[in-house]
Amino acid sequence: MSAGSGTIDAAGVTAWLRAFAAEVSERRDELTDLDAAIGDADHGVNMDRGMQAVAARLPADPEGPAGDSPLGPLLKSAGMTLVSTVGGAAGPLYGTLLLEMGKAAAQRATLTAAEWAGVVSAGVAGVQMRGKAEAGDKTMVDALLPAAEALRTAAGRGATLPAACRAAADAAAEGMRRATPLVARKGRASYLGERSAGHQDPGATSSWLLLETAARTFGASGGAADSGEGG
Amino acid sequence: MKKLINRPEDVVREELAGIALAYAGRLVVHTDPHWIARADAPIAGKVAIVSGGGSGHEPMHGGFVGPGMLDAACPGEVFTSPTPDQMLAATQAVDGGAGALHIVKNYTGDVMNFEMAADLARDEGLTVEQVVVDDDVAVKDSLYTAGRRGVGATVLAEKICGAAAQAGRPLAEVAGLCRTVNERSRSMGVALTSCTTPMAGKPTFDLGAGDMEVGVGIHGEPGRERRPLATAREVVETLAGAVVEDLPFASGDRVLAFVNGMGGTPLMELYVVYNELHRFLRERGIAIARNLVGSYMTALDMAGCSITLLRLDDELVRLWDAPVDTPALRWGA
Repeated sequence: MSAGSGTIDAAGVTAWLRAFAAEVSERRDELTDLDAAIGDADHGVNMDRGMQAVAARLPADPEGPAGDSPLGPLLKSAGMTLVSTVGGAAGPLYGTLLLEMGKAAAQRATLTAAEWAGVVSAGVAGVQMRGKAEAGDKTMVDALLPAAEALRTAAGRGATLPAACRAAADAAAEGMRRATPLVARKGRASYLGERSAGHQDPGATSSWLLLETAARTFGASGGAADSGEGG
Repeated sequence: MKKLINRPEDVVREELAGIALAYAGRLVVHTDPHWIARADAPIAGKVAIVSGGGSGHEPMHGGFVGPGMLDAACPGEVFTSPTPDQMLAATQAVDGGAGALHIVKNYTGDVMNFEMAADLARDEGLTVEQVVVDDDVAVKDSLYTAGRRGVGATVLAEKICGAAAQAGRPLAEVAGLCRTVNERSRSMGVALTSCTTPMAGKPTFDLGAGDMEVGVGIHGEPGRERRPLATAREVVETLAGAVVEDLPFASGDRVLAFVNGMGGTPLMELYVVYNELHRFLRERGIAIARNLVGSYMTALDMAGCSITLLRLDDELVRLWDAPVDTPALRWGA
């Protein structure tokens, strides 16, 4: 993973995407149940279908791709797979997240904590561009924005890569929890109006899982898995 | 869950295989990615009309593919928007050189996937216009929601735009007609039971045995309120009342009245509803010039119906009456 050296390489990104696929698969019904309460009961099913497709197309070598493989194409390919397999809102949003991360990573083969913070921030900006959601709309953005900010802050302070990724995952979990009492203003949940308050947002939940698996993959052992209704 | 399926994950693929066999020679069903096109597409010089949406709403949209209506439809997974690569491939396949109109229902996922598809199509040098249909008065249109959902007006827009394209009208006019139909249409629905998606295997929402959900969406989204089940007359007064008040429709208007079944309601009940709607509108001086009664935009096995009214003018009547030859709508052909 290159966590020890404080950088993320293609093997690390591959391991992260595999870990996220496994986590989504394990929590498929939980995500779908969250979506049934305020959406249309397909988030877990759709994300699982998409991430299984992503995992299936990752380099098969257990050692992952060579250490000098560029990260941009790897992330973009995963993003395009999500766009073409997930559907719904999650497909364009998670697809755009990875596509924009790929554009930002470009031909670089390794990323430091600060560079990773920049790449993740570019991805989150892409999600906001595509979905037009702001903080507090009770969406993925409520987990992603604080995570990107925590990454930038930690990296700016000179934190190690594992510590920065842990801070991002914890900020995502906190953002997800803070969105639960809110009234949804975007997506299908917004049709519920006040009735959406009190429900944990499925998109914020899967976004937290994305950051949580990054934290686990890129170093620090996770405290994870204690957030949310089903966790 | 009681459904006539094999495995839940195979439903869409096997449904499309069935459609390909049932309409062999009229429709072409493409797999990987999924799209359905009229067999004689592309038609040189004709604007191509492409729509798409989640599966589970049959006959929409695949059942509306054919001369006089859609050139192609992109089915997504059950209740899930299709993906941009589907719309791109379908658009490329049916583009006859006069551009393509994408008719999009206003759901967050559909809008985003179609926007990405339009970006990709324009990168490929295609001319694409998109119109988003949002006619469901059950949802408040405000900055704080995803906006009104696209429901019954979609069927009417696809028929009317299909006729205009068939008559050789240019893309800008066909898109303009689509916007006109959307602006002059309003809809609202009611559910007597939930639907059950094959993958979830259990009802999408809980509805008491004696209750109805007023203002329900076509994926089982909640509506305006839950009430004890009422008579057809009272239900029509609620639905048609909200529809008429919203546009508003007024005495002297000529309308197309569309009573749509949600999938689990017999035609017998839809005719009872139409009879009540006819009386309701007559009392308000609104004349039904054209009608459509049947299950055209369904929500799997949900019981219930929706009412859509479209204010007509002579042009819209002519386009509605024009020949159409699709699996689900066929006249004059």
